[in-house]
Amino acid sequence: MTSHSFDVEKIREDFPIFSRELPDGRPLVYLDSGNSSQKPNQVIETMREHLALHYSNVGRAMHVLGAESTDAYENARDKIAGFVGAPSRDEVIFTKNASEALNLLAYSFGNPVNTDPRFTLGPGDEIVISEMEHHSNIVPWQLLAQRTGATLKWFGVTDDGRLDYTPELITERTKIVSIAHQSNVLGTVNPVAEVAARAREAGALVALDASQSVPHHPVDVTALGADFVAFTGHKMVGPSGIGVLWGRGELLEAMPPFLGGGEMIEAVWMDRSTYAPIPHKFEAGTPPIVEAIGLGAAVDYLTEVGMEAVEAHERTLTAYALDALREVPTLRVIGPETLEGRGGTVSFTLEGIHPHDVGQILDDQFGVAVRVGHHCARPLHLRFGIPATTRASFYLYNTTGEIDALVRGLHHVQKVFA
Amino acid sequence: MIGESMYQELILEHYKHPQGRGLREPYDAEVHHVNPTCGDEITLRVKVGDAGKVLDVSYEGQGCSISQAAASVLHELATGATVAETLSVVDEFTRLMQGRGKVEADEEVLGDAVAFAGVAKFPARVKCALLSWMAYKDAVVRSAAE
Repeated sequence: MTSHSFDVEKIREDFPIFSRELPDGRPLVYLDSGNSSQKPNQVIETMREHLALHYSNVGRAMHVLGAESTDAYENARDKIAGFVGAPSRDEVIFTKNASEALNLLAYSFGNPVNTDPRFTLGPGDEIVISEMEHHSNIVPWQLLAQRTGATLKWFGVTDDGRLDYTPELITERTKIVSIAHQSNVLGTVNPVAEVAARAREAGALVALDASQSVPHHPVDVTALGADFVAFTGHKMVGPSGIGVLWGRGELLEAMPPFLGGGEMIEAVWMDRSTYAPIPHKFEAGTPPIVEAIGLGAAVDYLTEVGMEAVEAHERTLTAYALDALREVPTLRVIGPETLEGRGGTVSFTLEGIHPHDVGQILDDQFGVAVRVGHHCARPLHLRFGIPATTRASFYLYNTTGEIDALVRGLHHVQKVFA
Repeated sequence: MIGESMYQELILEHYKHPQGRGLREPYDAEVHHVNPTCGDEITLRVKVGDAGKVLDVSYEGQGCSISQAAASVLHELATGATVAETLSVVDEFTRLMQGRGKVEADEEVLGDAVAFAGVAKFPARVKCALLSWMAYKDAVVRSAAE
């Protein structure tokens, strides 16, 4: 499907939630997909059908249902590997979410059982992140620095919401660079290939938090030049409870298990164990089976629509929104004000009106769902000297009419607080 | 339309023109309370005089209209009353806020604070209304311990 044949009304019909009304007959205007996306029938039905007709445990069950469940679960892995261009399906590790994926990765560094020099970490070694990270790409690295005595460093953010990229921040002592592909607040798309090239030159590994990019752009993990890419299912029309860590195979093989338990082993004695090969080494216990299968269906759905088309549609919406929001008095966009290097997430402030009040009135009066607060990126808000922002985030099912509703709502908010 | 009932004129008035804002000397106790879910915060001081009379409640903070207006109303209600009186108002206010919109407010006790009754229907905003009141209760306890 090309962008010419992209029909947003037809897409909306796939999402049952858009046929409901809110209390008092308000229509739903859902502009909070950066937080979590809505689900199409194709995902809901795939999950329902699996639960109804094929469900059993995966891997360890020696019967028809076990085989069907295992096939569906592993088939989802194939689909996701294909969706992000992973060279091997075994490089796709299912996790609970992107946070777990990043914690799994951080756990591999400075870990006494991992003697691979690429993962050794101690006092004097450096971890590099950025000031625009989600807490899930900050706190695991803080914990790692505390455990090992390594130094945590970060790129700043410019006034217009771009990564303040200073290549010299990455030194020969840097072991890992972990940054967002796209900011969940600013919408900024970072020059990750450039950062990755510099990190490689310095001998550091590179991880990307792609939670906000994989759902919205065509992403090829090898083209990004990263060693690890984390993302989550619920932001890409899939269910919650399922996320992905992609990593280069030889690195994943070098890493120690994160969680121990069922199905991640090869053999167990009372005093020691050997482990299953990747990906199962990192999937201890009964996994979120139906959720993984649901994510496979989500990836099928997005592929059918076409990620180029999704990206183009969101670009149109973002251009429209940036123009429309400019007309709202005292509104200040926090992030790039042009389309260049940005995605469909627009955060802003209104002078003298707290975002919680903005969000409450938008919701109660106009049915407009936005996110308000610091969006799990408190350091970024501190950087801009503000406690919180209002964030509108767009997806394939949003319309320019919904942006009009947002703008009408914002004018009303200003009337209430005038 | 529910939201408008939460934003009572009195609340908006206190938000736009906060009473007693700013940190003042002298004081017996100072506390700093934060609502980690939304980042609202308040620094609050109390000065208690003879016979348990509240001489001043001064504060500085940032947050939404509900949290800031609640601090302003608290300042007005508490200043000049006795500690015992104010604590019974705090209790009644807490009962109202935690009542999920099903508790009848005692206007006799609450005075202007009754304007926050609508907030109780929004669980996410109850903490905003209570932030300064909990800080006040904490400060009074500490001042008594001094």
